[in-house]
Amino acid sequence: MATEFHNLQELRHSASLANKVFIQRDYSEGTVCKFQTKFPSELDSRIEKTLFEDTVKTLNNYYAEAEKIGGHSYLEGCLACITAYLIFLCMETRYEKVLKKISRYIQEQNEKIYAPRGLLITDPIERGMRVIEISIYEDRGSSGSSSGSSTTSSSGR
Amino acid sequence: MKNCEYQQIDPQALATPTPTPTPTPAPTPSARACPEKKPRRPQRKWEVFPGKNRFYCDGRIIVARQSGVLPLTLGLILVTSGLFFIFDCPFLVKHLTGFIPVIGGVLFVFVVISLLQTSFTDPGILPRATPEEAADIEKQIDNPTGSSSSYRPPPRTKEVVINQQVVKLKYCFTCKIFRPPRTSHCSLCDNCVERFDHHCPWVGNCVGKRNYRFFYTFIVSLSFLTAFIFGCVTTHLALRSQGGNGLVFALQESPASALELVVCFFSVWSILGLSGFHTYLLAANLTTNEDIKGSWSGKSGNEETGNPYSYNSIFKNCCSVLCGPMPPSLIDRRGFVPSEDGAEIGPAEIELPAAKNDVNMCTQGTKGLLETATRSPFLSSPCPQAKSQAIPPPALDALPSITPSPSPSPSPGPGPGPGPALEQTKVSRERPAATTPHRHHSHHRSRSKRTAQQGHNPGHASNPPASPGPRRSHSSRSRKDSKTRDPKFTPLH
Repeated sequence: MATEFHNLQELRHSASLANKVFIQRDYSEGTVCKFQTKFPSELDSRIEKTLFEDTVKTLNNYYAEAEKIGGHSYLEGCLACITAYLIFLCMETRYEKVLKKISRYIQEQNEKIYAPRGLLITDPIERGMRVIEISIYEDRGSSGSSSGSSTTSSSGR
Repeated sequence: MKNCEYQQIDPQALATPTPTPTPTPAPTPSARACPEKKPRRPQRKWEVFPGKNRFYCDGRIIVARQSGVLPLTLGLILVTSGLFFIFDCPFLVKHLTGFIPVIGGVLFVFVVISLLQTSFTDPGILPRATPEEAADIEKQIDNPTGSSSSYRPPPRTKEVVINQQVVKLKYCFTCKIFRPPRTSHCSLCDNCVERFDHHCPWVGNCVGKRNYRFFYTFIVSLSFLTAFIFGCVTTHLALRSQGGNGLVFALQESPASALELVVCFFSVWSILGLSGFHTYLLAANLTTNEDIKGSWSGKSGNEETGNPYSYNSIFKNCCSVLCGPMPPSLIDRRGFVPSEDGAEIGPAEIELPAAKNDVNMCTQGTKGLLETATRSPFLSSPCPQAKSQAIPPPALDALPSITPSPSPSPSPGPGPGPGPALEQTKVSRERPAATTPHRHHSHHRSRSKRTAQQGHNPGHASNPPASPGPRRSHSSRSRKDSKTRDPKFTPLH
């Protein structure tokens, strides 16, 4: 790998954004929130495939948990209906709780795995849950060694 | 109504920062031109929202641009219920039971709360694609004519297989995304809405994934309320006229009851019909949009077509929509527009150091980023690419949405044009209560051609009701009699 960053701070100060890779949604199971686990070619030289797939699969599991229709969600829904949905004003829904967990997970992944490799994951909620945006950074200092993430016309989706 | 909402943002304007685009609730294009150069105060995202929505209470409340006949709806409900409580309840409490105002009160509260929630909740608006995303999608699409062509490129679709069913995802030219399944672009609100049902002028908002349960609660409780008031008023008049004086005398003694009777009589049929229709949709896990278009009814003769989203169990279908988890609003109205020194929102994002000439870098950065997205790798030239991260998304959002096409919504070519803008109006009053969904269907289709060009507003009866406050309800279907809650259909693609 061309770049070595030790933490987000280093990334912050010495990196320049080279490219962004977008992991699109996987709609094969309907409208549930699920992202494709296909490994994009731009990340080939940056991160191991298994790490990436683990991250995406964990995220998918979190979203599945948030959107699960089961006893808990029925209870929440019925209670909300009875109170004319006013409890949504006071209470944090299960979905929101899981979204917070996801945010923490993504931050942790960024700090431990992605930032050291010059990558940064954007929380999908910032992008309307449409894509997972992975930003690829180049070390400004190593200007000659850029383009490990050269933009290719084929997108690995 | 179909004016292009987006003006070309002059890169020079970005480079020389204008002092203050005023953060008015109404999203005007010019006001959104330079959100990033605001030394005064950080802007909230609702102030730079590109759709045709209006926001109140600093972004907490969202409504469509045209409030439709929401004031009328609310007024009718309040007036009729008020008259009921004032004129009919005392008599009925005396002669029947004290539970009547209690039941009426509970129903009334339910109706008003669910109406307000339907109107003021984000229906499931999908935020538009960031420029990088849009560029990325463009890369994937083979578009030989290039994006600067003066005519609209051929419709772009993507196919996915959902539950062994092939579903076509269409590309939204306004939002620059491939629409997720069941998502549709509402041209009135100029947004893509998830699980788009229809745009309801009575409620003044789209009905989509997030507020469908409120809408359903509203129409069901309203049908109960109108039926209840109707029954009570009839009982009241019957009891009065039993005194040997006849109906006319009873009406003279209680003229308000006559008004309530008329209003309720006409509304109860249509509201009950609408509730029945939506109960059917719920049980089948369909949206009005899909039902009207016949997406899953096998019109093409393909026997295998069925609704891929249905759980094949009425109970589960109903529960998944009504009692399912409440998804969050994706548009983050009250978040702050990232300034040039800040990064994008989110703890995981990095923050680039502020630079004095950031705004100058903005344009170059934008161009640079887009160029990079399509061309060769970056060399680390001095600043632009680094600063491109710092460009707030909304400003960039505005840039690619400059399309030469006059209307923000996609043309009928790509599918969801202003085409099937259907609305049932008064005519439906004559329909009996037991309206089957398919009668709704045929009625819609017969009117679709007539109203197609008019958007959702039929051309008649344009006298705007008095609407207080900033809401200009100019979609004026105010009719004298009408608590006619005709099926609120304007499913726009």
